[in-house]
Amino acid sequence: MAEPLFTPEQQKTFDTELAEILTHYPPDRKSAAMLPAVRLLQSLKGWCPPEGLTLVAERLGVTKERAYEVASFYVMYHLKKPGKYVVDVCTNLSCSLRGAESLLGYLEDKLGVHAGESTEQWTLRETECLASCGTAPCLQINEDHFENLTSREKVDAVFAKLK
Amino acid sequence: MTSPAAPAVEKVISRAWGTPHSHTLAEYRKRGGYEALKKALEMAPQAVLEEVKKSNLRGRGGAGFPTGMKWSFVPKDSPKPKYLAVNGDESEPGTFKDRYILEEDPHLMLEGIAIAAWALDVHTCYVYLRGEFKFAAQRLQAAIDEAYREGIFGKKMLGKDFELNVWLVRGAGAYICGEETALLESLEGKKGWPRLKPPFPAVVGLFGCPTVVNNVETLASVPPIFQRGADWYAKLGTEKSGGTRLICLSGSVNRPGVYEISMATTLRQLIEDPDLGGGMPAGRKVKAVIPGGSSAPVLAADELDVALEFEALKVKQTMAGSGGVIVMDDRTCMVRSLWRVARFYAEESCGQCTPCREGTPWQTRLLRKIEEGRGEPEDLEMLLNVATSIAPYPPIGLGTTICALGDAAALPVHSFVARFRAEFEAHIHEKRCPFGDRPWGHFGDWA
Ligand SMILES: Cc1cc2nc3c(=O)[nH]c(=O)nc-3n(C[C@H](O)[C@H](O)[C@H](O)COP(=O)(O)O)c2cc1C
Ligand code: FES
Repeated sequence: MAEPLFTPEQQKTFDTELAEILTHYPPDRKSAAMLPAVRLLQSLKGWCPPEGLTLVAERLGVTKERAYEVASFYVMYHLKKPGKYVVDVCTNLSCSLRGAESLLGYLEDKLGVHAGESTEQWTLRETECLASCGTAPCLQINEDHFENLTSREKVDAVFAKLK
Repeated sequence: MTSPAAPAVEKVISRAWGTPHSHTLAEYRKRGGYEALKKALEMAPQAVLEEVKKSNLRGRGGAGFPTGMKWSFVPKDSPKPKYLAVNGDESEPGTFKDRYILEEDPHLMLEGIAIAAWALDVHTCYVYLRGEFKFAAQRLQAAIDEAYREGIFGKKMLGKDFELNVWLVRGAGAYICGEETALLESLEGKKGWPRLKPPFPAVVGLFGCPTVVNNVETLASVPPIFQRGADWYAKLGTEKSGGTRLICLSGSVNRPGVYEISMATTLRQLIEDPDLGGGMPAGRKVKAVIPGGSSAPVLAADELDVALEFEALKVKQTMAGSGGVIVMDDRTCMVRSLWRVARFYAEESCGQCTPCREGTPWQTRLLRKIEEGRGEPEDLEMLLNVATSIAPYPPIGLGTTICALGDAAALPVHSFVARFRAEFEAHIHEKRCPFGDRPWGHFGDWA
């Protein structure tokens, strides 16, 4: 038999939190909860496996294609299992004016992975403006934000803590 | 030339930022928080709306639409529920102000929401935050919880029989969801494909019901109007734009950051004033400035004596937009910069309309070709042709697509080429980027 999607513990969290989310919407508009529901799935699994999207769709009363359509439209949802750390480096204009492009190059060398690629440990991506343009350059690791990365020392300090 | 110092102005949105526990309800109350709501609740909803009209407040999300007028478009006799959707998607490149409101003073916006709800007879509000905002989401959720506990939200509002529920919804990484109808689609649990207007959201919005969409800063500007009066608020601004506004300064400048300014402040003052931008880094000069987020047409160094206000910038065929001011210095390659901007729009086009879906990657490919020294003389005309097929310019607003993302993608191309044509031609003529391998800032230059 295929491995179950969730552990019993995770299943309970999923059920409780989804029930709470659904109270935010009119009863006949359950499918409006799609974004929070997919976010919940990803927070439990680390990505959006197909069985998970099917489950979300069932719970919200829509087809699994609808769930897949949403999950594939938004860049924060992972349809493939990413590395342990997803590193998103902003290279949009304000950050590039303050060195983001060379920061990205430094990280490619340091982490041994090209932008747009993944290893078990790292997924490195170029990303669009993260609303930290005044504290550029900046990056995000999973959901955490790091700003003012103006030197190698500052970047090294951020990564020193990640194992 | 104007004076280098910006006109003085009282801070009404950012005054608490950086003070201890500024984000808590207790501190907010010490600053007179929720007193404005008390006053508003003593007024008839229609009178509240008139007061907002009188304040000359204009939307801070990008289009600068008069807020009171937008509110007045909501049909009064509709049997359907009405909604308020707060736009906290903040994804326009160069913009980072709403985030600070939410992190430093979330109750200011929540009080604005409560006042708007009373004026509009809204009982459900969704605050849509861009998915990447983790800290802002935590701060905002904590503030919402406080407001429920203290009888501001929930079944009663400060003791009055008026129910308001406020829900935080987090996006998932899509610039297009900042466009108001895409935001509504996303709130309905769909991909962010903008809707054709009309009907406008005020009439047919969320779940087919009348919906007001307002930016975070717009709503945070509402409580001061009731604290001190609409006339006072209007006088803080210029003739047609009331109040102060937040400006996000970034790029090549000594003191990047968010500044609350008078709308009479010019771009030059913003950059030069020692208390604002603090001038240019040693040995560098301004070459170009984008005045309102990357969608706004760029200005050249000799066009900086213009006030950062909706009407004044319109005269220059550009826009105040989202308040994102991006400064480029004389060592910056305009082709490289435009290429990066163009790539953003190609990346973020939702794919619904052909001119934008096909045109934005085409612009990007042509710019890359020119920047990499492979450009042909006819590529520049082709670039302008593609931009024109998405949105002719000037004036702003002739786009051929359902939403204004198309305009946003074409305007930078038109304006960069119009002002810096010689630089584009030099790339083609010399078959290389004249700036070599340092087309813009380098890691370490700013340490
Ligand atoms: C492509 C695109 C992106 C937008 N992004 C945002 C945004 O991130 N935040 C925002 O408040 N408005 C954004 N807007 C403007 C909204 O459509 C809308 O005008 C605004 O939220 C209305 O609020 P206001 O009247 O309070 O300014 C965007 C518009 C377009 C066309
Ligand atoms: S350009 Fe990088 S955070 Fe805005």
